[in-house]
Amino acid sequence: MVFLLQLIVSGLVIGGVYALVALGFVLIYKASDVINFAQGEFLLIGAHLALTFLLVFNLPFIPAVLGALTVAVVLGAAVERVVLRPLIGEPIISMIMATIGLSSALRGLLQVFWGTETRTFPNIFPQDAINLGGVVVSQVYLWSLGIALVLLALFSFFFKRSIMGIAMRATADDQQAALSMGISVKVAFAVTWALAAAISTVGGVLLGNINGVNISLAHFGLKVLPVVILGGLDSIPGAIVGGFIIGILENLAGGYLDPLLGGGVKEVAPFIILVLILMLKPYGLFGKQVIERV
Amino acid sequence: MTRVWSRGAHHTGRPSMLTLNNVEVMYDNVILVLKGMSMAVPQGKIVALLGSNGAGKSTTLKAISGLLKAEDGAVTDGDINFEGQRIDNQSADAIVRRGIFQVMEGRRVFEHLTTEENLLAGSYIRRDRQNIKRDLSLVYDYFPQLMKLQKRTAGYLSGGEQQMLAIGRGLMARPKLLLLDEPSLGLSPLLVREIFEIIRRINQEEKTTILLVEQSATMALGIADYGYIMENGKIVLEGTAEKLRDNEDVKEFYLGLTEVGKKKSYREVKHYKRRKRWLS
Repeated sequence: MVFLLQLIVSGLVIGGVYALVALGFVLIYKASDVINFAQGEFLLIGAHLALTFLLVFNLPFIPAVLGALTVAVVLGAAVERVVLRPLIGEPIISMIMATIGLSSALRGLLQVFWGTETRTFPNIFPQDAINLGGVVVSQVYLWSLGIALVLLALFSFFFKRSIMGIAMRATADDQQAALSMGISVKVAFAVTWALAAAISTVGGVLLGNINGVNISLAHFGLKVLPVVILGGLDSIPGAIVGGFIIGILENLAGGYLDPLLGGGVKEVAPFIILVLILMLKPYGLFGKQVIERV
Repeated sequence: MTRVWSRGAHHTGRPSMLTLNNVEVMYDNVILVLKGMSMAVPQGKIVALLGSNGAGKSTTLKAISGLLKAEDGAVTDGDINFEGQRIDNQSADAIVRRGIFQVMEGRRVFEHLTTEENLLAGSYIRRDRQNIKRDLSLVYDYFPQLMKLQKRTAGYLSGGEQQMLAIGRGLMARPKLLLLDEPSLGLSPLLVREIFEIIRRINQEEKTTILLVEQSATMALGIADYGYIMENGKIVLEGTAEKLRDNEDVKEFYLGLTEVGKKKSYREVKHYKRRKRWLS
């Protein structure tokens, strides 16, 4: 029983971080129907930036993360301006291919700047684990979950209530109509990419604290893709629920099936779940359906 | 700065709010849609722009609102002035900020947003955020149906409700000039009457100047002060709404009012064609 609980709790925690990273995908997809294959690199860049501010400039943790966020926001907007804006109006597939190219280019640049070795964060969160009724959780995980939840709530609020959030959703719905309201599509897209880069930075810092910062962080980006598709590519609640579902099921599969089958199930499980759910719900759990009126 | 006095101005004795002088519009650098279009919209009035399919009415509105630029169209000659300033070289969002709002043809509500979110999107350019709540209730005053649909996803509203939402969304921008592109499209005559009545009220109560593009001339001339008739990319006839309603050609070609039961012979159709050429 304790083993099961342990698996569920650690699934929940990692699910929160999945959800956060998934949100980066969802933001960009919602605004422009583009799947950003460079999302993983955004995570890695964010983590490296924070590390650089921490270790090279010797800033305390919070200012270092704020510094990393600032640079990431500028970088995100720049990527939109240089790579994607020239492609506005071209087929979506061209934009998606461009993000695949961007991912390779960024990965190369990353290694030039920061090398290929694993860098580790200094101990920021308290190290000792907490015992929650028999389930032992390290505090890093709890902090990550907490921060992820707060950010997810903030973003949901932003898109539901703020005029900029509503304008961004409107742009995703009908660009020309949005333009007729005086919403600049260029501004909406730039804000989208800046936000996606910012949220990835937070995700990168949290994951970097757990696993260390190396290229596997970039692969994490792709690992989150099933989460996004499961929840519905354009749904923020979908990203959150999808994150938790995949996190928990993956852990359960790892805990119970790996010993029986000799390992590896944990990595495959998210994709099996994905296929099963898509067979039943082609738009994902919460994806917006195409509205057809007769 | 030169003051722009123009054709439409003489019937009010005031300079017009909006003037188009010999405007030429091209799509993709090859297709000429407007060929020397001139018109004027005086402040506080309702002006109807009528004409058949493909005459260039929607293009005229898009040239004014700047939406043309998003469709590879451009004003290649002439000029458009709003409150004495040239606007044909400005971006669509800058033009909305100046106070011109186009309600596009086919309603174009944001389907996945709720009714209320659609209205809020209309208020995007407003800086006086503290007045937004008051204006939401103003829109619900004009369109009571929308009140109970506040939280409904706009894609599932009926055609009439969507048209109301599209106009309400325009009101939320508090424009000085509202451009309406075929608000009667695809709606039942009863609904059209209701919507036109509300348009008239908006003009009177909010002092919003309105430029109304319509194919159905009867309704439009019913509420308009002044009318222009367009054919083949330019104005062929203009006058007060009253005068246009009585004009024999307008009666025949746009209002469909010929003597009841009278059979049309080929000669009359030919006459129509000849007339049309003469008109343009």
